[in-house]
Amino acid sequence: MDAMAKPHGEDQHDHPHGWRRYLYSTNHKDIGTMYLVFALVGGLVGGVLSIGMRLELMHPGLQFFHDAHMFNVFTTAHGLIMIFFMVMPAMIGGFGNWMIPLMIGAPDMAFPRMNNISFWLLPASFTLLIISLFVEGEPGAPGVAAGWTIYAPLSTSGHPGPAVDFAILSLHLAGASSILGAINFITTIFNMRAPGMTMHKMPLFVWSQLVTVFLILLAMPVLAGAITMLLTDRNFGTTFFTPGGGGDPVLFQHLFWFFGHPEVYILIVPGFGMVSQIVATFSKKPVFGYLGMAYAMVAIGGIGFVVWAHHMYTVGMSTAAQAYFVVATMVIAVPTGVKIFSWIATMWGGSLEFKTPMLWAIGFIFLFTVGGVTGVVLANAGVDRSLQDTYYVVAHFHYVLSLGAVFTIFAGWYYWFPKMSGYMYSETIGKLHFWLTFIGVNIVFFPQHFLGLAGMPRRIADYPDAFAGWNLVSSLGSYLSGLGALVFFFGVAHAFMRKQQAADNPWGAGATTLEWTLPSPPPFHQYNELPLIK
Amino acid sequence: MLLLKRLTVLAVTFVATLAGAATALAGLGQPSPWQLGLQKPASPVMDNIIWFHDFLLYIITGIAGFVLVLLIIVMVRFNARANPTPSRTTHNTLIEIAWTLIPIMILMFIAVPSFKLLFYQLNVPAADLTVKATGKQWFWTYSYPDNGEFEFDSLILKDGERKQDQPRLLAVDNDMVVPVNKTVRVITTGADVIHAFAVPSFGIKIDAIPGRINETWFTAEREGVYYGQCSELCGKDHAFMPIAVRVVSEQACSAWVEEAKKKYARKEEVPPSQVASAQSRSQ
Repeated sequence: MDAMAKPHGEDQHDHPHGWRRYLYSTNHKDIGTMYLVFALVGGLVGGVLSIGMRLELMHPGLQFFHDAHMFNVFTTAHGLIMIFFMVMPAMIGGFGNWMIPLMIGAPDMAFPRMNNISFWLLPASFTLLIISLFVEGEPGAPGVAAGWTIYAPLSTSGHPGPAVDFAILSLHLAGASSILGAINFITTIFNMRAPGMTMHKMPLFVWSQLVTVFLILLAMPVLAGAITMLLTDRNFGTTFFTPGGGGDPVLFQHLFWFFGHPEVYILIVPGFGMVSQIVATFSKKPVFGYLGMAYAMVAIGGIGFVVWAHHMYTVGMSTAAQAYFVVATMVIAVPTGVKIFSWIATMWGGSLEFKTPMLWAIGFIFLFTVGGVTGVVLANAGVDRSLQDTYYVVAHFHYVLSLGAVFTIFAGWYYWFPKMSGYMYSETIGKLHFWLTFIGVNIVFFPQHFLGLAGMPRRIADYPDAFAGWNLVSSLGSYLSGLGALVFFFGVAHAFMRKQQAADNPWGAGATTLEWTLPSPPPFHQYNELPLIK
Repeated sequence: MLLLKRLTVLAVTFVATLAGAATALAGLGQPSPWQLGLQKPASPVMDNIIWFHDFLLYIITGIAGFVLVLLIIVMVRFNARANPTPSRTTHNTLIEIAWTLIPIMILMFIAVPSFKLLFYQLNVPAADLTVKATGKQWFWTYSYPDNGEFEFDSLILKDGERKQDQPRLLAVDNDMVVPVNKTVRVITTGADVIHAFAVPSFGIKIDAIPGRINETWFTAEREGVYYGQCSELCGKDHAFMPIAVRVVSEQACSAWVEEAKKKYARKEEVPPSQVASAQSRSQ
């Protein structure tokens, strides 16, 4: 493997320069970088939208939005952008593209040109979503205000303007992008592992990506089908979801959540992989229970396909159906518990170094546990009756996504930033970013449990006065998290201006995966000779 | 300065409310400021939900606390200074079996009361009264199919229309009226998009879906007005179509029904075509 660490001659790496290098790129690292930059932009837009919502909710009454429609447009766009244009591009497109070939000892992705189109579909998709904000949705008002779930008939007869059509086309492109990416990742992982790297020797991050892209491959086409039916209901007179023509609005919910539940695992499973790498690295100890960890992710992905209707306990399903979904959903807690305990066991007996990536990873483990156990509460249809569509649900899924998935993205960012950019980030700024965010997001979302229990519905721009107190606290927390985000961007700029060269392996003996054998940043093409895994 | 002032106000209110929480008359049938838990129960179903939620809260607090303690232990005992030489342990079959089986047992322990609650909620008992709630953009229409043809709309009271004690965004012009200690079946449907009928203190929430009829039930154990809000995003004024259920004695309810028959039965000043469609709807 030492041979691989030798610097490669620049002449071997002739490539286009300037804008052509990126627009025409077939290089997994350049494409990964573009995905990461795209995710930063998406996260910025989605974050500004969320601060906008918290500004409105800070006090009772309508202050910033002249009607509630625009507030609903904000919630809708915030959800769609954070899912499709921030978390997925960062985790799968960004870190997946960058690290899968490096970690399995492959020179590039299996289908480099398909990789290019996978990325470039996304800006087009994002553009369509932005356009949807400016064309009519609900009568006389611009934008889609039907929530990211775009339930019919609110998204059909409730939104006569073309905004929903733009959103549907945007989702089609984003879906096509991720399906193409999934095909690419699956082929790469199955066929391009270096000699000696069996499936059971793959780093857990690669396992996590493999599980994720299978979820994408199986779930995204269902979304595509559902939104195509929505499109034809809206424009071509079909009645899939219109009772007047023999259709059923609940059918849309079944189709949507058959996609939607695997989708939430798509958002978190790559994070599991990153946390496993990071915890092992900074504990200077191999992952505890590697096989259990890998197959726990497979199990979570598999069970994730048979629990969808726990999002729909109030639609009037039969008792037997609700009972089934209660049991199936609670089963997911078992492999998730295996993962939490295995991370702790990995740290147990280790020699822990609390570098910035490790802080994010440990923060993730605890906050994901909090979000996980409230998930067990919500799994029980009996008590979900009181909590469905309240802020308790908002708190739950932000604990697993905003404090879960986003924490893993920052963990991965700080972990691989030296490798990707070649520069060290400032530990001080990174840790300041962590603590501001950790405190901020907990102030945002913990009180939302109280609001939900007290009965505050989701997706409302104004609330009964009794909810004012915790909403104020929550809003103040969001400003603190916003400050954290500014520190993050400052830290990135600082690292690029300071230009402190990073070592090939800045993390020491604990970092055992192949990417650390390469220079930082890696050469344009790596592994001209394949590494041999013993 | 403004922020500082607001923070001071916040801190003062916070302490004051926490101190006053025990004595303050927390509103029945509506949320109270700085409330931490579920709304006070007014039906046997909600009693059970609260019991089950408290039961779960002990378990999940225990689990989250256990994980937190483990994390603190590893951070203290196994940081690089305290433990410079890491172990190489990567397997321990016994502990791996334990952390698979123990969660399964905890989940089974949860499942038993969970199912009891679920079956209790979903077995609708013989009803003394049926009320039909139709969700519309953006108000509710109630009808009493056992008691004649009348139906009436229930709209939010705007600023200036409310009396002193009526809560903002919850009070409506025409409450849904039901008798105390009687089993009321609520059937719901949606007229345009999906809405959801929810009254937290009764522990009920059921979607009102176009083309479908859903049902739920409650037995209100105390007189009073119980508020809820539409609980499915239904468009622009989703936040402004509350639900108010006024629970009164049986006699008062019968009297109200007689009055309502007269008050709401007439379909005055309606063009003939709409009368025809209204009649066909009610059949």
